[in-house]
Amino acid sequence: MKRNAAIIATGQTKHQSKRNDANQAEMVFEAARRALEDAQLEMKDIDAVITDNMELFEGRALPDMWVAEGAGAYMKHQLKIATGGTSGSSAVIAGYYTAASGLFDLVMVVGFEKHSDGHTFAGMTLTNPFWDRPIASAAPGNFALSITEYMASRGVTQEQAAMVAVKARKNALNNPYAHLHIPDITVEKVLNSRMIAYPIHLLDMCPQSDGACAIIYASEKKAKEFCENPAWVKAAITRHDTPYLGDHIDRLATIRTIRECSRIIYKKLGITDPVKQFDVAEIYEPVSYAELAWYEAMGFCEEGEAGKLIEDGVTSMDGELPVNPSGGVLSTNPVGASGVIRAAEGALQIHGKAGKRQVPDVETVLVHGYGVYTWCDMMVLSSHL
Amino acid sequence: MGLPERVGVVGVAQTKYGLKRNQTIPEVAYEVVTGVLDDAGLNIRDIENVVSSSVDLWDGATASGAFLTEVVGAVMGSETRVSEDGILAALHATLNILSGGFDVVMVIAHCLGSRGSHYDITNWVFDPVYQQKLGLDYLSSAGLQASWYMDKYGLSEEQFAKVSVKNHKNAFNNPYAYQPLNISVDDVLSSEMLSYPIKALDTAPVSDGACALILASEERAKEIAREKGREPVWIKGLGNCYDSHYLGDRDLTECEALTVAARKAYELAGVENPIKEIDVAEISEPFSYQELLWLEGLGFCERGGAGKLIDEGVTETDGEIPVNPSGGMLSGNPYIVAGLTRLAEAVEQCRGEAGDRQIPGVETALAHGTTGPCGQMHCVVIVGR
Repeated sequence: MKRNAAIIATGQTKHQSKRNDANQAEMVFEAARRALEDAQLEMKDIDAVITDNMELFEGRALPDMWVAEGAGAYMKHQLKIATGGTSGSSAVIAGYYTAASGLFDLVMVVGFEKHSDGHTFAGMTLTNPFWDRPIASAAPGNFALSITEYMASRGVTQEQAAMVAVKARKNALNNPYAHLHIPDITVEKVLNSRMIAYPIHLLDMCPQSDGACAIIYASEKKAKEFCENPAWVKAAITRHDTPYLGDHIDRLATIRTIRECSRIIYKKLGITDPVKQFDVAEIYEPVSYAELAWYEAMGFCEEGEAGKLIEDGVTSMDGELPVNPSGGVLSTNPVGASGVIRAAEGALQIHGKAGKRQVPDVETVLVHGYGVYTWCDMMVLSSHL
Repeated sequence: MGLPERVGVVGVAQTKYGLKRNQTIPEVAYEVVTGVLDDAGLNIRDIENVVSSSVDLWDGATASGAFLTEVVGAVMGSETRVSEDGILAALHATLNILSGGFDVVMVIAHCLGSRGSHYDITNWVFDPVYQQKLGLDYLSSAGLQASWYMDKYGLSEEQFAKVSVKNHKNAFNNPYAYQPLNISVDDVLSSEMLSYPIKALDTAPVSDGACALILASEERAKEIAREKGREPVWIKGLGNCYDSHYLGDRDLTECEALTVAARKAYELAGVENPIKEIDVAEISEPFSYQELLWLEGLGFCERGGAGKLIDEGVTETDGEIPVNPSGGMLSGNPYIVAGLTRLAEAVEQCRGEAGDRQIPGVETALAHGTTGPCGQMHCVVIVGR
């Protein structure tokens, strides 16, 4: 990269099942306004805006038109990013390039989704009409196929997955913006919740949320002006894979996009022991089992050791590498915002503004986005330029 | 002030536009992917990132960018999607390169306009609270804008019709154009009234197609172009701007967003007197009156003065500023692709490779893209030798 950029501010809505009091444009404004307040900036200070969501979920065409003013894009540069579940993380990466382009100093990124406005299941089944649509079954059915393969190849148990679900919901209790607050969550409760597609219980799955999340980037020369501890982007990368279901054998266990992104980023930054060298990870886990598979792919443990990692508490709040102090996607999932939330929560940890979910002395954070069943975005944030 | 570094266009390709009833989306896209690689003399492995442009609702699928992943060679590669007019994908690719993130980026836009309902999809662009329910779409809102424009500045339906006659005539020189027509002003005036004062021949026909470009950093662009015995065409300036979403909040006859976008592009390119310094302009005109209105927004004449330009033949291929020698959108480019098509045409003009539609001695060309109700978004790109 020719120039540096940092995340200097974040803002999000209180995520919930249904926002009857606000429409999409108003939710976007709410998140953007909070990000501006965080940096004590005004709309007029923002030079460029990136928005993102899954347009078909709410049945809107070019939703960037309606939300433009809420996002602060009136009379400004705006782009709308849409890459499925990775939309948010792709928008975060797009914002980084925009802020490092030398043309813009302050760049707002806003991800949003209002699932209650549309029908997510119907949207998810609108896949390739020739190959995948006849067997399309939205996220749970699709995940069930690869999770059973994963359990068979790695010996992961339903109890270990349930522990991921419990960790996420316990962390969410520290996050006032998280959608699901389930104080009495236990492994038994997860295992006794309704089976939606074997082996996925209802509480193994992410919710559908209404919400928006904003971050503000600053170019190198402006970052310190508006933020005491800017979260500098050290590396960002995207890898996509073929979207056809039948082309992926043992998809969760292999997940080669995450492996490739990790390999490239770790090599670039000299990371040989991610569990020690990262202080926090905010990763995109739409279903409990996925988090275990990502541990292996991100090199947090050896192949087949992910179950042990969660049992040993390595990734809990007081463990060596807290994963998703925010409660993760398992606690909050407005899809278009979810990737932005990962970056916002990662930056908050470096800003030292994460409140009750703050991990002490955070210097290096791994941020991850996931979508279209195999796609991966990754970013590393650091307190050091 | 210019751009921080030079970014060159080293490849362009278009499909022939028309109704592609026997081709799938990946097949249409594949045509321009192979075309643009051939044009640049590159291999798919030389492409470091792909910025595509498409819209879920037009494609009838969720995260429909996934239709392209294999075709653009992004399996285990880097790819993102701007869900907007294709010219914004080119703009974003330029920022990718300026940031130093990539040296060679492919830009591709596709839309099979014939597969969806123009009324429904453009109606879904309007916010669902106030405007969508009124039944507004791009056509009916354009009727409001055209009427207001006529009323305020005294333009006539005959002047609008002359734009249609000119562009359909120019299309005979363009092998990619869908509908070259030899028509008279009377033919346009007597064609079916769709939404006063817009008649059938004042509108772009429904069409399908794709367009692709390859952009590269200065050094790589020079190398790549040299292999083909060419000079790169350089991106000299660019600007993108969003207006208010609500029609009632705007003076539809002033297209302020276009004025702002053009001012940014001109500043970067060092253009002070556009009509003198720009040799050819490719302007997105889904409706004939818009070519005139946009000429005013671009500063080619004073407000209300564009009727005189068309009356005096200033925008004919042998006029002072030839506008849409390709035949423009009126001769058939689908939404989403149209803006990128304009840029591809501008590049061909600067290369001197525009065949029968070549304007002699082009040094500097302007490309313009727009989407949204009554041109809520405008993007202007200046390219030159």
